Amino acid sequence: MSGSDKEDFRSSFFEECEELLEMTQDGLDAMADDPHDAEAVNSVFRAVHSIKGGAGAFGLEAVVDFAHKFETALDAIRSGEADLSDDMLGLFRLCGDNLSDLVANARNGDNSPVEASGQLEERLLEITGDLDQEEDTPDFNPVTLDLDAGPAGATELATYNVTFRAKSDLFAAGNEPAALFAALRRIGEVTVEADLKDVPTLSDLNALDCAIVWSVFVTTDRTEADILDVFEFVEDSSEIALVLSDPDVQEALTIAKPLEGVSLTPNAVEMPDLSDLVSELSEPEDTPISPGDPGPKPAEQGATPAAKASEKKTKSANTIRVDLERIDKLINLVGELVIKEAMLSQSVDELDIARGSGVSAALDSLKQIASEIQEGVMAIRAQPVKPMFQRMARIVREAGSATGKQVRFVTIGDYTEVDKTVIERLVDPLTHMIRNAIDHGLESPEDRKAAGKPAEGTITLSAAHRSGRVLIDVVDDGGGINREVVRNLAVERGLIQESDTLTPAEIDHLLFMPGFSSKTEVSELSGRGVGLDVVRSAIQKLGGRVAIHSEPGEGATFSISLPLTLAVLEGMVVEVGGETMVVPISSVQETVRPTETDLDRLGVGSVVLRNRGELVPVVDLGAFFGFRTAPETLEEHVLLLIASDQGPRYALVVDAIQDQRQVVIKSLETNYQQISGVAAATILGDGRIALIIDADTIMRDLGSGGPGEKPMKMAS
Amino acid sequence: MSLRILAIDDSRTMRNLLKATLCPAGFEVDIAEDGEDGLKRFDDSDPDVVITDINMPRLDGFGFIEAARQRKRERVVPILVLSTESGDDMKARARASGASGWIVKPFDEEKLLWAIERVASKG
Repeated sequence: MSGSDKEDFRSSFFEECEELLEMTQDGLDAMADDPHDAEAVNSVFRAVHSIKGGAGAFGLEAVVDFAHKFETALDAIRSGEADLSDDMLGLFRLCGDNLSDLVANARNGDNSPVEASGQLEERLLEITGDLDQEEDTPDFNPVTLDLDAGPAGATELATYNVTFRAKSDLFAAGNEPAALFAALRRIGEVTVEADLKDVPTLSDLNALDCAIVWSVFVTTDRTEADILDVFEFVEDSSEIALVLSDPDVQEALTIAKPLEGVSLTPNAVEMPDLSDLVSELSEPEDTPISPGDPGPKPAEQGATPAAKASEKKTKSANTIRVDLERIDKLINLVGELVIKEAMLSQSVDELDIARGSGVSAALDSLKQIASEIQEGVMAIRAQPVKPMFQRMARIVREAGSATGKQVRFVTIGDYTEVDKTVIERLVDPLTHMIRNAIDHGLESPEDRKAAGKPAEGTITLSAAHRSGRVLIDVVDDGGGINREVVRNLAVERGLIQESDTLTPAEIDHLLFMPGFSSKTEVSELSGRGVGLDVVRSAIQKLGGRVAIHSEPGEGATFSISLPLTLAVLEGMVVEVGGETMVVPISSVQETVRPTETDLDRLGVGSVVLRNRGELVPVVDLGAFFGFRTAPETLEEHVLLLIASDQGPRYALVVDAIQDQRQVVIKSLETNYQQISGVAAATILGDGRIALIIDADTIMRDLGSGGPGEKPMKMAS
Repeated sequence: MSLRILAIDDSRTMRNLLKATLCPAGFEVDIAEDGEDGLKRFDDSDPDVVITDINMPRLDGFGFIEAARQRKRERVVPILVLSTESGDDMKARARASGASGWIVKPFDEEKLLWAIERVASKG
């Protein structure tokens, strides 16, 4: 196979490993639920075994070694030699994690054993005993046949005589002397003689016994062991005698035998296979073989290869594997299609064609189909969150043991499907949030008992689809956010003023502020030098939001809300100072046409809106981007109330709302560069480019000195 | 006519490797994902040689061999067992189950072809 094939298989092996590791986790979960679930143990065993097998093919010895020991321990459970205890299950989980590390390392080209392996292997040995050591360590060093290598032993040509007598089970096992003799030709020059003197007459023939004795002469420079290797498979089902032959004897034999007319070379052994006779005769309804019967005709065996081949093709696996790049390309093209469709719609509108005409009906169905194609293509990228959730299970275990807390991990909605890219980019933020929930959220077992809770804390990770978005919640049943402490810390770090009045929700949101860490020392576990602000910005980059809900004494919930896909966005198309812009609908809470009584002026140029009993700062979108100076009066304008997860609400001034529609997101970063306040761009129906604003960063980037300085600082 | 080989393995990687090794060597290759699937293919495609893994879901390699040996055929089809172990134990088990031979993983082209050669004459 070619080098690139090998590379392809390698990467497909690692993909398969992901599935196998998932299977391992599932199996271990099932074992935890029911320690006597034999199929669960089996499936873990098989998964580990397959990893070992594949790893062997790619020479990943560290993986092979560890998988082998893991597998042996599993086999002990499987065969009932050892009983599954909680301890063992814990060990198996660690082994699963370790195996996953080894695979990950191997994928990155690092084939050295991981540190943890040694210790785990020792513990595994306690299960299997030393039995493993003696039996398998030398075993799993397959003997490689070196057929081409020359001077492995004897180098001088010699002739050996092999006397070969087949027992009946040789044929029952599907072995065939003719094949063996043919294979022997790889070793050297071969002559085969069949000695038929023991063959009885047909009436006395027992087809299950082979009365023919073959005498094979091999002239070779190989060793006797090489010759015997040919007969390895039939060692037990035949009698083999190997002697160094005297050339004269051989000559005498080859001359003598033909006289009897029974000399057979391997090529001549094309008479009916004895194995055929065996199976024929074991079926009583078959007609007995008469002397004239030549046996099964070779033609029958390959009678309808074409028909069978086509039958074979129709039944194939119901999944296919596709390069992600191809899908991305398709998604992009579909995006273009949607844009072109919008442009076409707009042009048709401008033509002022009567509603209900053929053109508009056709256009409507085109629109329908385009959006169905779009959905279909998006669905290709969607994957269940389960593998990611499983990775989190490991984080929970590790964080639990690092902090000495007992943690139960519950997942809900494992099969919720989310865009693959979104899933990948969620791993880091979720890891951090879960560590955070265990480290800071859950109390110590003693504190929990004192509070009347079970010693074991619970972390629940759930995923669900809600109105076109994906919601992922990380819930802990710990002590909740200690707002007193959080507030004091925020004051101490200069994030807020001592005199600031903050609602409980505002205090909770302080956790997301850069530079905030609720533990004085940077905890090694969840800290790693970053705070929840990094989590928040990672989620924001995915077009998502994070919110906190906390009840003192009952725990905290971190809710992530994400778009289903990164390719389209539901947006409000607005007009500002002659420019068209798009505001993500997800951040618009409501739209308001203000009257003078709704507005209050604070100092120079600062305006606030009275809305639902709150004073909301007003920001002019045109002024923010520098299109214009903020208008004197707002009565002719529309205010979009922007709800931000990270701070107070604010109102954006725009001139008019044109439309609300799905827009295809075109990244600015890949095409140009990042611009403050702009999330991306899109192409409108008329072919013009419109910027999609980043509602969350506008408030932040106004910075101090802008209107509404104080609340602004809160939001930073 | 080239020999038709049925390769049964639950690991996609192994199936890929088997196919990539056997096809260029001039064999016609049929693939099955476990013993059950293998039996179906065995009936459908009438292979000249079968190569089967042992540890598989639904029906394992030994189960496959046992069932395949019950099938009425014009000849006894050679079956090679693919195994990661090479101990005498495994060989004895393979023999007892009715296998014709074995290949120890990891295999390379030579090893695979050599095993096939010893159970089936080409052409």
